[in-house]
Amino acid sequence: MTIPLSWVLALSAVVFGIGVIGLLTRRNILILLMSLELILNAANINLVAFSNHLHSMRGNVIVVFTIAVAAAEAAVGLAILLALFRNRRTVNLDEVREMKG
Amino acid sequence: MIQFNAADLVWLLPEIILFVTASAVVLLSVIVRPEARSGLAALAVIGALAAGWAAYGLSDGNVELFSRMVIVDPFATYFRYLFVLAVLGGVLLSVRTLQTEGGNRSEYYGLMLFAAIGMMVMAEAGDLLMVYIGLELMSLSLYILAGFYRRETRSNEAAIKYFILGTLASGIFVYGLSLLYGLTGTTSIRAIGEIVSAGGLSRPALVLALAMVGTAFAFKVAAVPFHMWTPDVYEGAPTPVTAFMSVGPKAAGFAVFLRVFLEAFPAAQPDWNNLVIVLSILTMAVGNIIAIAQTSVKRMLAYSSIGHAGYILIGLVGGTAVGAGAVLFYLLMYTITNLGAFGILVVLQREKGRVETLDDFAGLGKTHPAAALGMLIFLFSLTGIPPMAGFFGKFYLFTAAVKAGYVWLAVLGVLMSAVSAFYYLRVVLAMYMQEPAAAGAGEPMSQPSAVLAVTIAAFLTVGIGILLNPLLSLAAASLPKM
Repeated sequence: MTIPLSWVLALSAVVFGIGVIGLLTRRNILILLMSLELILNAANINLVAFSNHLHSMRGNVIVVFTIAVAAAEAAVGLAILLALFRNRRTVNLDEVREMKG
Repeated sequence: MIQFNAADLVWLLPEIILFVTASAVVLLSVIVRPEARSGLAALAVIGALAAGWAAYGLSDGNVELFSRMVIVDPFATYFRYLFVLAVLGGVLLSVRTLQTEGGNRSEYYGLMLFAAIGMMVMAEAGDLLMVYIGLELMSLSLYILAGFYRRETRSNEAAIKYFILGTLASGIFVYGLSLLYGLTGTTSIRAIGEIVSAGGLSRPALVLALAMVGTAFAFKVAAVPFHMWTPDVYEGAPTPVTAFMSVGPKAAGFAVFLRVFLEAFPAAQPDWNNLVIVLSILTMAVGNIIAIAQTSVKRMLAYSSIGHAGYILIGLVGGTAVGAGAVLFYLLMYTITNLGAFGILVVLQREKGRVETLDDFAGLGKTHPAAALGMLIFLFSLTGIPPMAGFFGKFYLFTAAVKAGYVWLAVLGVLMSAVSAFYYLRVVLAMYMQEPAAAGAGEPMSQPSAVLAVTIAAFLTVGIGILLNPLLSLAAASLPKM
């Protein structure tokens, strides 16, 4: 028995939605980083599902690239967060508000 | 199956030169003693010049490489020149401030070169996967650069805001890419275009994918309503980085806009045209009107750069060749002028403390006449007063809009330029009509390389009229395939 494409697409849409909502409503920067991973992985689910459905390798290859890039992104994000935490002792985005206008 | 021919790598010589230089700079910055590290800036400049020279050597090429992953054509070459210019400006402006504020860690120059490679890859991409790789290479380098003064809380704040909204944009882009792949079975820009024009695709799905890809680039060029990050990031980032960031990524974003929307989606033009019109109006209005309320010149220039993205979007409306040419030409004028305007802020910087507020500019015409004259030139150019570079840029943009049948949009653009004159000229007024503040704030530090960069930018801004015809024909010869 194979899982229909539409189920997989629905799953990825839900994961994407959770990611975007999390990113826009949560204030803890660590949770924002997790939400970003959800968004990227939603796209990965899509790509793998389409790749399987279309019998083309291209989607799978792209996923390898996006996973590598996501890892680099997480590294940079955590480094920036660490620099911020050393200066401010907070990971709450609402407390990071020096500039206004 | 992707065809790989090693001999084709010669077409990527500018990127390879930049990559080798950037890697060398990063490695050497660990070895070289702190006093000698400004030599690495010289290395970065030489690398950028060599890349520009290599781009010139390859400028008559019109080839598609690696199964159309990379396209080296006049369009790509034009953007190669533009990014070399931007990175040269960025490096030259940074040398002294990096020593006083940035802890003298010279991997900074390497990151700037990496960002430039990312921009070039975006402009050369023939496949959405390449667009994504270039976008991430550029963005990741810029996130680090924005937060490079890591002991400074404003720099931290700029980096974290830029990072979160930037990665959201690239996440949306990949999701849009995955939908396009599912719809068409390919990610090659031209192949997608052929399938879209053949028709038969589900229209709502296509519009959704289109909107997602478009959103990502609206983020990168800071178009309203995707501009929220811009003022804070531009204000908090180190000033030379802001100068670089306000020109490079914007040009790269528009390069992809032109390549993707004119090449892949001409058939969907009615769908995206209205979207671009709305974006353009919002961007011009919000950027220019909020800029009026700013007291920090740096933040004012950030809003002004949002406004300029709005003018450039006018050139995309209608999807005409004349409009695309005007966009290319305007991007060059904007790059030179904006590098110069932020450059003046760098040049005026003191040993301790930046010069950013309107009050700092009071009486500058008396105390530092040369810097005041430079600022005057750049602000006039941004307003669009003849014979400065910005005037010619706007002239061709608005002419293109009129030719495409959008007279009212051109009129709106001119009106918005009039609004912008208000806040630009307020700085001029402060410089020449107000008395200098009490002395004691200290003199600007000596920054020969930054002064050199600003002087060149000023001469180009004033003298562009002489070079007008060659530059215009260069832009006209560099259009994307439509």
